[in-house]
Amino acid sequence: MTNQHFIYLLRLADSPLILAQRLSEWCGHGPVLEEDLALSNMALDLIGQARLLLTHAGRVESRDRDEDQLAFLRMENKYRNLTIVELPNGDFGQTVTRNFLFSAYQVELWKRLQISTDTELAAIAAKSIKESTYHLSHSAEWVIRLGDGTEESHLRMQTALDQLWPYSAELFTSDDTDRSMAESGIGVDPSAFKTDWQSTVSQVIGEATLTLPADTPFVSSGKAGQHSEHMGHLLGELQYLQRTFPGAQW
Amino acid sequence: MVATPLTEEQAWSVLRTVPDPEIPVISVTELGIVREIRTGPGEVTVVVTPTYSGCPATEVIAASIRDALQAAGAGNVHIETRLSPPWTTDWLAPQAAEKLRAYGIAPPGSRTASQTIRFVAPSPQCPRCGEKKTTRLSEFGSTACKAMYRCPSCLEPFEYFKPI
Ligand SMILES: [Zn+2]
Repeated sequence: MTNQHFIYLLRLADSPLILAQRLSEWCGHGPVLEEDLALSNMALDLIGQARLLLTHAGRVESRDRDEDQLAFLRMENKYRNLTIVELPNGDFGQTVTRNFLFSAYQVELWKRLQISTDTELAAIAAKSIKESTYHLSHSAEWVIRLGDGTEESHLRMQTALDQLWPYSAELFTSDDTDRSMAESGIGVDPSAFKTDWQSTVSQVIGEATLTLPADTPFVSSGKAGQHSEHMGHLLGELQYLQRTFPGAQW
Repeated sequence: MVATPLTEEQAWSVLRTVPDPEIPVISVTELGIVREIRTGPGEVTVVVTPTYSGCPATEVIAASIRDALQAAGAGNVHIETRLSPPWTTDWLAPQAAEKLRAYGIAPPGSRTASQTIRFVAPSPQCPRCGEKKTTRLSEFGSTACKAMYRCPSCLEPFEYFKPI
């Protein structure tokens, strides 16, 4: 039970952690200054969420691991993020499309976790939902603006959506950990809010004049610790400092 | 050092002089993040609710609170983080609005309980010239708590403290 609780918290923490790492890559490369700031700000929010969750996970595990040890010193197969967040950024359209799919998911998740029997998790959810709602609005605005934009931007957004869509299946797969957490009232079974997520997504995609891709049998497995080939490269950068100078502090 | 213990009221007075590191015209108490102060023999506990999860100022704020109280003879200072209920701009002190405006930041409007996915962009009054119809440039600004705007009248850009 404790172990499942720990794994569940790692999953919640790792997706924002890894997406924050990806969004930080935009710093200094944004298409316009305002968006450079926006992506960095969202990365900060996500790092903040990850820090709270990792600290909490460390306490639940009771093996004296703090947020830094958990963020920087695990092996690749111990990270439990959804595969979609570790994929390379692609162009700006692809980045905002992923932000859109993911923040719509986070909003539904936080909404339900606000009543978790794990009161620390409930507090983190109540705080994070404000941020994720803002991220959702920001990305939805861009999906609509670029989808319903020029021929070129429309084409790129449709391509982005087609490429990312197969990875959205993992968001709603549930395993023993999800089910036991849902049963105990700590967590939520993600399959329970797929319909709500779909309704947000299809509304915005429709307004953006884009076409929802068909579902495929492919299901990625990042939350089980099996990652894409991109994860190792990402971790190389994320962990570089702590691996080279163990225990280094600001 | 055996200090005369600080009373709760004295501790509040000390914190009223500790500025927010990013918007130094308002204090940490005016920002509404100090939720409770408890005093005991030789120690003070300050309960802080952070603004945004990733706000980089959080640690600086904790350090300045500790320094200020210790300088006032508080002895041991404990900073306790309280996440629930989450911070809201409704907790800004009434006088904070005018101070923000004078500093060039439009104070937050009321929170809209809107259920829309897309942004409903408010049009905050220009803090410089008072123009009511202003344009949003970006949903984000120099820090997570602000958005960027432009005033079509005095042509100056300004930041808007987002209501959350
Ligand atoms: Zn003006």
